[in-house]
Amino acid sequence: MKIHEYQAKELFRKAGISIPEGKVTSSAEEALNIAREIGLPVVIKAQVHVGGRGKAGGVKIARTEDEVVKFASLILGMDIKGLTVNKILIAQAVEIQREIYLGVITDRNSNRPVIMVSTEGGVDIEQVAEETPEKIHRFKVDPIYGLMMHQAMNLSFNLSNKIEEVRTVAKTLMKLYKSYTESDASLAEINPYVLSSDGNFYAIDAKVVLDDNAIFRHPDYEEMRDLSPAEKIEHEAKEKGLSYISMDGNIGCIVNGAGLAMTTMDVIKHFGGEPANFLDVGGSSDPEKVKNAFNFILMDKNVKSIWVNIFGGITRCDDIATGLVEAIKNKNINIPIVVRLTGTNENEGKRIISESKLDIHSVKDMEEGAKTAIKLCKVLD
Amino acid sequence: MGVLVSKESRVLVQGITGRDGSFHTHFMKEYGTNIVGGVTPGKGGMKVEGIPVFNTVLEAVEKTEANVSCIFVPSRLASSAIFEAVDAGVDLIVVITEGIPVRDMVSIMRFIEERGSRLIGPNCPGIITPGECKVGILPTSVFKKGNVGVVSRSGTLTYEIVEIITETGFGQSTALGIGGDPVIGTRFVDMLKLFKDDEETDAVVLIGEIGGSDEEIAANYIKENNYPLPVFSFIAGRTAPPGKRMGHAGAIISGGSGTAEEKIDALKDAGVRVAEIPTDIGKFLKEEF
Repeated sequence: MKIHEYQAKELFRKAGISIPEGKVTSSAEEALNIAREIGLPVVIKAQVHVGGRGKAGGVKIARTEDEVVKFASLILGMDIKGLTVNKILIAQAVEIQREIYLGVITDRNSNRPVIMVSTEGGVDIEQVAEETPEKIHRFKVDPIYGLMMHQAMNLSFNLSNKIEEVRTVAKTLMKLYKSYTESDASLAEINPYVLSSDGNFYAIDAKVVLDDNAIFRHPDYEEMRDLSPAEKIEHEAKEKGLSYISMDGNIGCIVNGAGLAMTTMDVIKHFGGEPANFLDVGGSSDPEKVKNAFNFILMDKNVKSIWVNIFGGITRCDDIATGLVEAIKNKNINIPIVVRLTGTNENEGKRIISESKLDIHSVKDMEEGAKTAIKLCKVLD
Repeated sequence: MGVLVSKESRVLVQGITGRDGSFHTHFMKEYGTNIVGGVTPGKGGMKVEGIPVFNTVLEAVEKTEANVSCIFVPSRLASSAIFEAVDAGVDLIVVITEGIPVRDMVSIMRFIEERGSRLIGPNCPGIITPGECKVGILPTSVFKKGNVGVVSRSGTLTYEIVEIITETGFGQSTALGIGGDPVIGTRFVDMLKLFKDDEETDAVVLIGEIGGSDEEIAANYIKENNYPLPVFSFIAGRTAPPGKRMGHAGAIISGGSGTAEEKIDALKDAGVRVAEIPTDIGKFLKEEF
């Protein structure tokens, strides 16, 4: 789960990391009140779940009250990489002397949390990794003992030669690691961590990604969930046990299993078609899920044909067929439907479909399925 | 004799009294898997499918000498069940459960480093040695004994490709899904090593997907070690958009890495033939043998 900068900063603030004073709002008027409270100049920052906000014009420094209102109005409602800005953070502007990068990430290759630090703060860490990899210093943490102070110090000596600064950065790393583990994050990042001209360090930007599998341990995090319209649909699908992602094409797909669902999209593309979605009905065998899957696909008005591609394992083909027939009968679907059923209870499934007397195109394998679905959506064009 | 499980494997089912646990215990037993016991705390003394249920893994191992455990325990309790199996000294632990927090998996892998069990999964369909033993939920009808080792990050896509292998006239020495999560126990490289030393495996089919860099690491291993067996591969997710989690927690293109192209390039560079569509795997095998 992605959370906003202001929410990530709140997690860090609770861990004792110093954050410039700031508040979030959805109105330009309120922005002015906040700016008066904090004192000018302030930074106005778009709160959207995407990187590169600065380059897109979503971050501005306001030095006067007029500028606060002007920039707040400009940024609110702005479109950044397809996402609408509904919230802005008004934060105390900090005079930057030096910027560094501090991050913790779960490393898939070593199965360990890895601390990363760099003198190159304020830029995308992936860019640093590509251009000057020698400027990133890493340390794999033993999850049993956690990060130790001397390890944090060792890392911090790469960033400064002043002992007071090294100590401050090391302490912040300890707090960042604690926040990362306690919140079940897969990424916790301060970029940049800034040495200000007042001699203090501040976390100017914060990024946290929470592990979806662990949200159950943090029921209070649910209220941090802020979904874009597209994500809302995906989340709704998830609550019904479906994994759904909308795409730009016109062939709707209903598949069991994530790998097979991706492959179904790939095979459609391979034969010259365009998939309208990724949809995994999951491993269980509930006819209701198939009906729900149809609901999501039919919301997409671009869909010209639907391909149901099922390889029965735990999922039983007869259950899928039952759900399919009910869905078509209830919804009066007039889009052509291609069905491929293989595996557990395949014959019963095929019998249910043929006895329904519905106009369903049964195919024997993926290749035939893709070709038929493509042909049928072209007929409609 | 598969590389991980065989007729000799003595299998325990953790979560045997649950809906999925009891259902799949039935099918594993029917396939010929030697299931010696089950574990559900508080249900010791019961029987499921004629199999004795114990309260703890420790007791089950003492009484049955089980050396494999298949875990169906629900996600909130699953990490504790894995720790318990490792602590009881079970050699091979197969975790079917989906949705285990990543932080728990990090701790589990650290514990395993010390204790030396092998973990498959989590969020995986399990392992099969066709004709001998199945540990997990794989549909047995598509499998046939043969000389192709199959390792995959997916479930149903594995069945799809195995069916193609079987219909082309080949069979499998061992086939398994290693799971779709970011932190998993056994990885592609581990399986490549096992297949290399297995007399019954003459070729390897590696089924990958977007996200992470396990495919690239496998490609590097194949290249550097002049891997002796032919390896064929399929990578799912060529059409997947960046930043979207494609069902599996691990299947996500992030920060411009983990794309299908990168994986395909790395594998091709290591001499692996990479299929455009699943049926190509059948063609590759025919051409090779």
